[in-house]
Amino acid sequence: MSISILAIPFLPLIAFVLTLLFGRQIGTKVHWLPIAAVLGSFCCALVAFCRVQSGEIINADLYTWIQSGSFRVSVGFLVDQLTAVMLIVVTSVSSLVHIYSVGYMKGEEGYYRFFAYLSLFTFSMLMLVMGNNFMQLFFGWEAVGLSSYLLIGFYFNKKSASDAGKKAFIVNRFGDFGFLLGMFLVYTQCGSLHYSEVFAKAPQIGALTFSFLGMDIHVATLIAMLLFCGAIGKSAQIPLHVWLPDAMEGPTPVSALIHAATMVTAGVFLVARCNPIFALSTFTLNFIAILGAVTALFAATIALVQTDIKRVVAYSTVSQLAYMFIACGVGAYAAGIFHLFTHAFFKALLFLGCGSIILGMHHEQDLKYMGGLKKFMPVTYITFLLASLSISGIPPFAGFFSKDEILLMAFCSDSFAGKVAYITGLLVAFLTAFYSFRLLFLVFHGDFRGTEEQRHHLRESSPVVLVPLCLLAVGAIGSGWFGIPEALGGSNHWAHFLNPVLGHPQAHVAHSTELVLMLVSVLAGAGGIALAWFMYRLRPQLAPDLAARYPALYRLLHNKYYVDELYQKYIVEPALWVARNVLLKGVDTRWIEGVVNGVPACLGLFAQVLRGLQDGVVSHYLAWMGGGALVLIVLILVG
Amino acid sequence: MFTTFFFWYCALVILGCGLLAISLRNPVHSVLSVLVLFFHLAGLYLLLQAEFLAAVQVIVYAGAILVLYLFVLFLINLKEELKLDAFVPGVKLGRGIAVGLFVLLLWALPSFTAGQHGQWTSKLIEENGHVQTLGLEIFTQYLLPFEIAGVILLMALIGGLVLAAKIDRPADNKTASVPEASGQQMEKHP
Amino acid sequence: MISLHWYMGLAAALFCIGVCGFLTRRNFIMMLLSAELMLNAVNLNLVAMSHYLESLRGQAFTFFIITVAAAEAAVGLGIAIALYQHRRNVHTDSFTELKG
Repeated sequence: MSISILAIPFLPLIAFVLTLLFGRQIGTKVHWLPIAAVLGSFCCALVAFCRVQSGEIINADLYTWIQSGSFRVSVGFLVDQLTAVMLIVVTSVSSLVHIYSVGYMKGEEGYYRFFAYLSLFTFSMLMLVMGNNFMQLFFGWEAVGLSSYLLIGFYFNKKSASDAGKKAFIVNRFGDFGFLLGMFLVYTQCGSLHYSEVFAKAPQIGALTFSFLGMDIHVATLIAMLLFCGAIGKSAQIPLHVWLPDAMEGPTPVSALIHAATMVTAGVFLVARCNPIFALSTFTLNFIAILGAVTALFAATIALVQTDIKRVVAYSTVSQLAYMFIACGVGAYAAGIFHLFTHAFFKALLFLGCGSIILGMHHEQDLKYMGGLKKFMPVTYITFLLASLSISGIPPFAGFFSKDEILLMAFCSDSFAGKVAYITGLLVAFLTAFYSFRLLFLVFHGDFRGTEEQRHHLRESSPVVLVPLCLLAVGAIGSGWFGIPEALGGSNHWAHFLNPVLGHPQAHVAHSTELVLMLVSVLAGAGGIALAWFMYRLRPQLAPDLAARYPALYRLLHNKYYVDELYQKYIVEPALWVARNVLLKGVDTRWIEGVVNGVPACLGLFAQVLRGLQDGVVSHYLAWMGGGALVLIVLILVG
Repeated sequence: MFTTFFFWYCALVILGCGLLAISLRNPVHSVLSVLVLFFHLAGLYLLLQAEFLAAVQVIVYAGAILVLYLFVLFLINLKEELKLDAFVPGVKLGRGIAVGLFVLLLWALPSFTAGQHGQWTSKLIEENGHVQTLGLEIFTQYLLPFEIAGVILLMALIGGLVLAAKIDRPADNKTASVPEASGQQMEKHP
Repeated sequence: MISLHWYMGLAAALFCIGVCGFLTRRNFIMMLLSAELMLNAVNLNLVAMSHYLESLRGQAFTFFIITVAAAEAAVGLGIAIALYQHRRNVHTDSFTELKG
């Protein structure tokens, strides 16, 4: 395997180790090492991309990781079209976030630790996307979970941050459990965990069923559902979406890198990677599409009323991830990955823009105290506007092409789920544009609502923050141009590129219909923007009025449909009750401690009996010894 | 004929003196009977053509070690000793074990088979002299153990000096009474 | 000619006498003396075998055993004196500090 492929994941790993070991000694200049590593990684990723572009697929084992009987798993790398795209996304966004963090994290305690974790995350994510088997995918999967936990809880002195970290970790456990079971099932059915062997055997398991409790269960459906459980957790879909908004407790660059652009897309990557398995199960695909539609609508409605800027963007992330799942659910994996690609840029841009605002506002995140920042932070404003236009699906920005592709595919889908997903998707496109521009107007337009002191300190961020913003803005505008559909005179290069891995369902509609659909989705986006303009610029009083008129609805949305409260009441509290009253008081204190204390107590009793023998009288010892010798001689002579 | 008679004489004296030594109340008498025992043992060594060992037995054992025993016995208070019981409480058990051991050993004795014969026939030893042959054996084949034996003796010398040296303890009574008291307490609560 | 078995029987008897004394006497010095009896029983055995097997190995062993016995006596009696200085007697059953 060529060194340029190996360098992609291992440069960040080296940077992580060195930074963690020597970061404290290096001091404030510590960021150079991780930045250089991740930039090197990015260059290698570009090289790999070009090699894939020229038709070369790299699939090689580095060494055997586990060998146990017939079970064999190696550490190996697979770089095909899908991985190449993911490599570009991960390394580019990661590099920009690394650079951005120099400005954002300046002077923070644990500066070197932050960069070490960022490198660790980059390494884990690259291992996740580059692995050529499920085991390595799972390794990366868990490792990104770990680095996500470490980074969410970066301000571990703050209770909410450490709680959020734990929540993310524990909620993900539910999904990972399913993923692990799915992996086991893949192994038992295919006898291997390597993608190439598993996918080669996938058509054979398509017809398999097994009987469980009198029901016939389709094996492929079971595997796909279990794997999708992992995707639900990692990509924050209903019902495991609760961790993502809380993860905003982490530093903003982390939110941009992990909780918007890369890690959360691992679920989409998983579904796309395992598309030969998912293709076997229509039920699972429909389920994914419906779940995606529900989550998209659910998160978008919550985002309408949130007042914390990062939370708005976080719910928007959940909503956009759901879009990607809609695409996967209707079999248009390429469209899903396309949206993943464009979304990475404009969502990272939105988050980093939020970070810039938060820096300017001195760590104030509430929309209520912002407004009119346009003239203070012009560069941030422009880039934020571009990102908002992109996410709203306004041509010719990136979001338009990917979102339109998804909606088109959903529309063309034969299944009922596809139709539902299309209608919902259109509605969500409208809502997305609305809440994105609500955010924009509330932050940048109107009058400043913060304190005089905040206003006094308000200024544009430093160039090290703004340069990544501008670069990401280029991505937010142009990353969609790889997939200009044929109806607009393009060649849809994207779908053709990914075709060998993901396939591409043909859209059976005329170009004129396609153009109408585009117009509809653009109108939805534009309508959302217009409504936001109307409500927050022309009639600022309208929003509070509406909230006052429908207080129940407002509270429902503002409290995120009370999902957290429901979980708290019906899952967390019963679990805690069981833990405290059954496990702690019953199992732990009675059984485990009973055993733990009982063994030494028995030994003590035994010793109490035995110590009687040690009475200190030498002649008794001698008598025992003589008797023992006698018995031994008898044994030897008789035996 | 003479050798047979001499063997039986020595054997009987050895057994008698041995029994006397372990049953006499007065330690000094015991030591003296052991002295007699050692002389007869030396006689048996002579019978076994080991003149040098017989001499060593008389000089080292009888002459040095037993005299050491006697000296030590004179150091302790023998009068008080004589008033007390000479045997431990479980004396029957000890005797039983010893008798059992004896029976077992005698029982095992007929099954003993001699090993390979060496080169030192009694004729050869007679020609060269016992001291020379044993010396040859010890200073060639057993040179290293011989040196180690010397070191052991040195250690014993130093050890005996250190142990027997009168240790000057200012708080002699206190240190002696504390473990005794605690020992008694522990006896009360077994 | 006396056979080897008689010597071994005598040595066994002497050894058992030593064991008996070792197990039954209270006086520490008498226990050491009993140990000497046992050592001498072994010596007799070794010398007798050495003679009958026409090898000097047993006699060499006897020589070393006498050396070690001398060392043992020196150390053992040193301990006896130390005990006597400490407790004014040398009875083994009065030294029970090491009980459990």
